[in-house]
Amino acid sequence: MEACDQCLRRSFLIAHLAARIAGLLGLPKARRTPGLLALSNDELVRAATAAGGRARAHEFLDRFDPAAARDRLDAGGFIAVCRHGAAYPPSLHALDDPPAVLFGLGQVEALARVQKEPSVALVGTRHPSPYGTEVAHAFGRGLGAAGVPVVSGLALGIDASAHRGCLDAGGLAIAVLACGPDLAYPRRHRALHERVRERGVVVSELPPGTQPFRWSFPARNRIMVGLARMTLVVEAAQPSGSLISATFARELGRTVAVVPGRVTSSVAQGVNELLRDGALPVTSTEDVLEELFGVGVREVPPEALRPPRPRDPVLNAVLEAAELTGSVEQIARAAGLSTGEARAALGRLEFDGHLVRRDLDGWERAAR
Amino acid sequence: MTAVLAALATFALEGVRSHEVTVEVDVRRGLPTFTLVGLPDRAVRESRERVRAALLNSGLDFPQQRLTVNLAPAHVRKAGPSFDLAIAVGVLAASGQVPRDVLADCALVGELSLSGELRVVRGALAAALGARDRGYRRLLVPEAVAPEAALVEGIEVCAISTLAQLADVLHGRLEPAPVEANGLALGAPADDLDLSDVRGQSDAKRALEIAAAGGHNLLMVGPPGAGKTMLARRLPAILPPPSFDEALEVTQVHSAAGMGGGRLVTRRPFRAPHHTISAPGLVGGGSRPTPGEVTLAHRGVLFLDELPEFSRLAIDALRQPLEEGRVEVMRGQRTLEFPANAIVVAACNRCPCARPGDGCSCSATELARYRRRLSGPVLDRIDLVCQVEQVPALELVGSKAPARTRSASVRARVIAARARQGARLGASGALCNGDMDGPLTRRTVRLGDHEALHMVSVRERFDFSGRGHDRVLRVARTIADLEGRERVGIGDLDEALSYRLHAWERVAA
Repeated sequence: MEACDQCLRRSFLIAHLAARIAGLLGLPKARRTPGLLALSNDELVRAATAAGGRARAHEFLDRFDPAAARDRLDAGGFIAVCRHGAAYPPSLHALDDPPAVLFGLGQVEALARVQKEPSVALVGTRHPSPYGTEVAHAFGRGLGAAGVPVVSGLALGIDASAHRGCLDAGGLAIAVLACGPDLAYPRRHRALHERVRERGVVVSELPPGTQPFRWSFPARNRIMVGLARMTLVVEAAQPSGSLISATFARELGRTVAVVPGRVTSSVAQGVNELLRDGALPVTSTEDVLEELFGVGVREVPPEALRPPRPRDPVLNAVLEAAELTGSVEQIARAAGLSTGEARAALGRLEFDGHLVRRDLDGWERAAR
Repeated sequence: MTAVLAALATFALEGVRSHEVTVEVDVRRGLPTFTLVGLPDRAVRESRERVRAALLNSGLDFPQQRLTVNLAPAHVRKAGPSFDLAIAVGVLAASGQVPRDVLADCALVGELSLSGELRVVRGALAAALGARDRGYRRLLVPEAVAPEAALVEGIEVCAISTLAQLADVLHGRLEPAPVEANGLALGAPADDLDLSDVRGQSDAKRALEIAAAGGHNLLMVGPPGAGKTMLARRLPAILPPPSFDEALEVTQVHSAAGMGGGRLVTRRPFRAPHHTISAPGLVGGGSRPTPGEVTLAHRGVLFLDELPEFSRLAIDALRQPLEEGRVEVMRGQRTLEFPANAIVVAACNRCPCARPGDGCSCSATELARYRRRLSGPVLDRIDLVCQVEQVPALELVGSKAPARTRSASVRARVIAARARQGARLGASGALCNGDMDGPLTRRTVRLGDHEALHMVSVRERFDFSGRGHDRVLRVARTIADLEGRERVGIGDLDEALSYRLHAWERVAA
């Protein structure tokens, strides 16, 4: 546990001013915090508060007791590493405004792993299609199995699928939050928050107990991108937080990769736009590993891959039909089977990992 | 002359059963009054007026004396007009207008009109069962419900049309015509609703066949207008015809609900309550407890269209009937029990907007909410999930539609499968695979080594709960029964697996 007084003071000051930061920007729709977090403490206080608040903020700074704060963090079992400490992920130094302290919950070793291993930030829309959900899960699983840490934001949709895929494969999951690391936001993800804590680490630049604010989401995105060697976008609308992340990544000179989407889908607009701007298209975990490590250096363990096509001709015929339609009746007709036989084949294909369930009653080809 | 007393037996409907009520009539000299005691409700109290008018209009005497009628046991509330007949005959007997000795082994049930005619009452079948069990030899009932009462063996049922005729019968001046029970037409299901009316939908038809063969509850998923209701309506016709005892149970329920036709119900019921129904409407209740929809569907099919739209309370109330095949309704200090063993067919859309495939505009949150509403006690008891699809217009009119299945051939397979189950389940209390609880499932469905090993890995692969595991076993058992195989094969397990409800976790995120 290493965080110097100065950095702690800075972090707690930001938490103290958190509610006023958005107003001070004067831009209600501001999606970014240009340079704000890079200001010095005094400049920040001056910018953020009116006269009365300023006095209170100075009083807060004067009264702040780093030793007591450190004790409280220790008592709560929190990780706290400041940018002068050895455990601080060096890749964050590339940011204009690196977080002063990273507060965290979970496995400390996870932060050390990020220093040694290139990691991937997997981001995307909060309202994905079933296809997007499956793809994000599959990339999370593949990368997790290949030993690549997966960074995401614990949000609904793509973020959650990415975390789950990674955890399912026993990989290292890193969640970066827009609130204190102890708060599960959204609350629906309490269980996921706990899973990430057990198998990886949940981090934030805001001290424990801080509620999320509008500005803290894009601010969180810069940390996610800063931690990762590559930012992979799976489905994003336009405009969206995922595109902001991609812009951050490009400014840092990190790779931006996207999973190409259907041109008719609204959640593919964002990724296709990125593709036009020169983002790297990837269609499988292998593509990502090749980009990170070079050809043939790192491979996905076979058990994490979708199995090869079934050898049984009947199962193969059903699988081919199931790639085209979700209707059991049409699958049966295409494969020349009775409905019962087609159902049995579908059950078997799902069991073998060729198909995954979609909606209430259908199947979809499992992603690689 | 001092007091003259008469005591007669009648039977009051309580739920779908009946209990004995003794009508005591005391006639003594004094100012002419007519007092009725024994916790009567309004309808019972008004029976004084009906009895008086009916007696006079039938050419009989109404004694101008002090009349007291007691309905015993006196602590139980009495409701409804079915005591009229017993009170009227009690007055006749107490005033010496009919012989008292012939009434000793008789029970009477009936409502009177002012002219002295007997009207239909609810629950004649329940009254006949009650009277027989209490050892009465004869039951006097209105003519219109006599065939229903005559279904009960071991008691003589007399059909009475008027009070005057009854007096003649009691005096021995008239021999009542014997009543024929109509228990004969069993087994002829509704021919007007045949599976062959439905084009396409082979997946739903297959699922219906399995549901019928094993008595499994079914969830149909598909867009509005695709034919979910049409398919569900055809389920009773592919079920085996009800046995006599089952038909009797159904008749008893329908008679108690006042829906009986006065004769044996020979078809399995189909009930489709609207999703705005209240919990008491669904499972029974009310100040005078009446059977709910799930009881009216007893031994038949309960169809819940738009399952997610039903109120939480109504769905929660279904927990007991789905698990135990009966409902308990609390009324004051008394608990009534209704039978409620029906196959539940539920239907819902793929998503709240119900637009097909890529046209769906539902957000993940809306989807999660819709599916959360789906969960709960009903879904816990759903064994099969199937697809109902929008059939292409060409197929609806086209002449080269694939060969269609007739209900009769499906029913034959279902009956054969049920026979296999009956032989296997024997005295276990379950009639079909769908009735089996967890322990019974695991005792009854035996797997070969290879299949058992497969199930272990299935359970691990899909992270099944014990209940999910049993469900797959039950359905696989029924599929094997349909094929006439005693051994459950891997293919049966795979097919059963494909009907299971999709585990939500990943989608709901």
